[in-house]
Amino acid sequence: MPAPAQRRIIFQHIDEPGYTNDLACYLRHGGYANLRQAVTRKPEELIDEVKKSGLRGRGGAGFPCGVKWDLVDRKSGKPIYLVVNADESEPGTFKDRYIIHQDPHQLIEGIMITCFANNVKQAYIYIRGEFPEGARILEKAIAEARAGGFVGPNILGTGYGCEIYVHRGAGAYICGEETGLIESLEGKRPYPRIKPPYFPAVLGLYQCPTIVNNVETLCHVKKIVEIGGEAYAKIGTPNNTGTRILCVSGHVQRPGYYEFEVGKVTLGELLNEVCGGPLPGRRFKAVIPGGSSAKVLRFGERFKGKRKIGNDLVDYDWGVEDVPMDFDCLAMIGSMGGSGGVIVMDDSVDIVAALANINEFYAHESCGQCTPCREGSLWMKKISARMVHGEARTEDGALLKSVADQIAGRTICAFGEACSWPTQSFLAKFGDEFKAYPESRKAAAAPAVPLA
Amino acid sequence: MNLKPETLARIDEVIPHYPSKRSATLPLLHLIQEDVGYIPQEAIEWVAARLELQPINVYEVVTFYPMFRQKPIGRRHVKVCRTLSCALLGAYRTCETFEREFGVRRGEVSADGEVTVDFVECLASCGTAPVVMIDDALHEKVDVARTQELSAQIRREAAARS
Ligand SMILES: Cc1cc2nc3c(=O)[nH]c(=O)nc-3n(C[C@H](O)[C@H](O)[C@H](O)COP(=O)(O)O)c2cc1C
Ligand code: SF4
Ligand code: FES
Repeated sequence: MPAPAQRRIIFQHIDEPGYTNDLACYLRHGGYANLRQAVTRKPEELIDEVKKSGLRGRGGAGFPCGVKWDLVDRKSGKPIYLVVNADESEPGTFKDRYIIHQDPHQLIEGIMITCFANNVKQAYIYIRGEFPEGARILEKAIAEARAGGFVGPNILGTGYGCEIYVHRGAGAYICGEETGLIESLEGKRPYPRIKPPYFPAVLGLYQCPTIVNNVETLCHVKKIVEIGGEAYAKIGTPNNTGTRILCVSGHVQRPGYYEFEVGKVTLGELLNEVCGGPLPGRRFKAVIPGGSSAKVLRFGERFKGKRKIGNDLVDYDWGVEDVPMDFDCLAMIGSMGGSGGVIVMDDSVDIVAALANINEFYAHESCGQCTPCREGSLWMKKISARMVHGEARTEDGALLKSVADQIAGRTICAFGEACSWPTQSFLAKFGDEFKAYPESRKAAAAPAVPLA
Repeated sequence: MNLKPETLARIDEVIPHYPSKRSATLPLLHLIQEDVGYIPQEAIEWVAARLELQPINVYEVVTFYPMFRQKPIGRRHVKVCRTLSCALLGAYRTCETFEREFGVRRGEVSADGEVTVDFVECLASCGTAPVVMIDDALHEKVDVARTQELSAQIRREAAARS
């Protein structure tokens, strides 16, 4: 069966010849019509549409957007903030970049609809420091939108006012974690806050109720208001509604971004048909399906169990290629959809070196507050780097696993899990290669493509 | 502090974006680094005074975030992405080639003060790996041949300036 066609809702205009990122072009394509319509409706109705849509957050955790908005403390009398997570820092993820650079007004419209729905008067876009051009584009787009009456003190003559400011990060991955991000926006080190009590919906920015949503999520909100929550819920699969941008990188013929209805494309269709399969003479070896923190899958392994389809429990027996790309199926097989970043490795890859590469990232990015994370990520890096560059021992795999096993569940934020899952899953799936490494490394020539 | 009038104007503009002055710490540091090239000690005290903070509040920010630096670097800043997707397509070779082209190790400034080469983590452009940022500009699919072209271009631009 051929792979289903892409369905470009959010990326409709990305890479379209002649489509530019200025307001005039956006208006020519019907831009801000959804905001115009939204401000004539009751805010509660808009929240209801988002709830009906089933939209799940595209930033990593897949948390239902409508539920998140419902949790906001609206009785405190304090202002409510919207913080847009444009940190895009999960390795393997590169979708928000294109929205920001090529279609910034789509994001701004989604932001303003969200603000109106939630009675937000001030929004901040937290954009990673490595997107200097993106920050300039957003600032220009916001200025244009302000001049057009779509942002600012009196939006479209309604008397409702809301500002957006762009806030640049400065190269730290942990600023993507929502409470780290909030600390950073307050001008501090981005040390994540402990939950409870610091749920952003109650005690967020400046200790006020705060909504944190990913860039792509907010673009979906705009679409939901356009077509209605019920119609949106028909796109995709139950509990995994809408479309999702999948970012494919690594060893495939055609890496890039592809937008599909959630759950309609399998991993095999995506990699073999859409991305053109492995490089010449190569075979797929491993794939990380949801950003570098997601647990790795090994080609050849099988996943068996029962899953719910409608009201029925149905047996499934899948190879890696058969797994539908949605939140629930990827969770069912022990990994996650995460941020939509699919990283592919073929049979040329030294799996220990690949883990050493990932471990170096996490050791560099741990904020250092929690001892298990700070020390554990550093030791995982040191052990895997020693295996690649120095002396490897048969017992190193077990040692790595024992370090990883002592982090998850003992930290302030989910980075603890994020940094231990790669090591745990690489060892669970490729334990044989770690065991054989002292011998195989001696026998191997220097790698043509070093990874660490 | 000897800051350009434009920098001072932008500083005045950005502070009221926030209900709390402290939030302007990162924006001010970015503006100063763009102006001066790095964050000198006196800037830390200057920002603290401007935002009614203690110098330590600013210092701890400067030392945490990888993009802020307390020493000058080369006129051009070459940042090679090191993370997995780029590494799989040859980022280590790309970085080594830049190092050879300018006779530096990563983290160092070339003898003529022209170039600093650094490894950085994922730049969110993994689909066009390996990627490199030179100052504010992103370069995609930077294999060894493209590395040599970019290096030649940097040298040409340096020669044109002198
Ligand atoms: C270590 C870590 C890094 C994260 N990085 C990002 C990021 O770069 N971008 C993002 O949108 N969410 C990121 N998240 C998820 C956010 O904490 C948050 O869940 C998300 O922004 C919520 O938006 P959503 O509900 O629209 O997905 C990260 C989470 C963790 C634990
Ligand atoms: S888990 Fe790691 S990154 Fe998260 S707060 Fe603790 S030390 Fe920081
Ligand atoms: S790994 Fe290099 S841009 Fe993401």
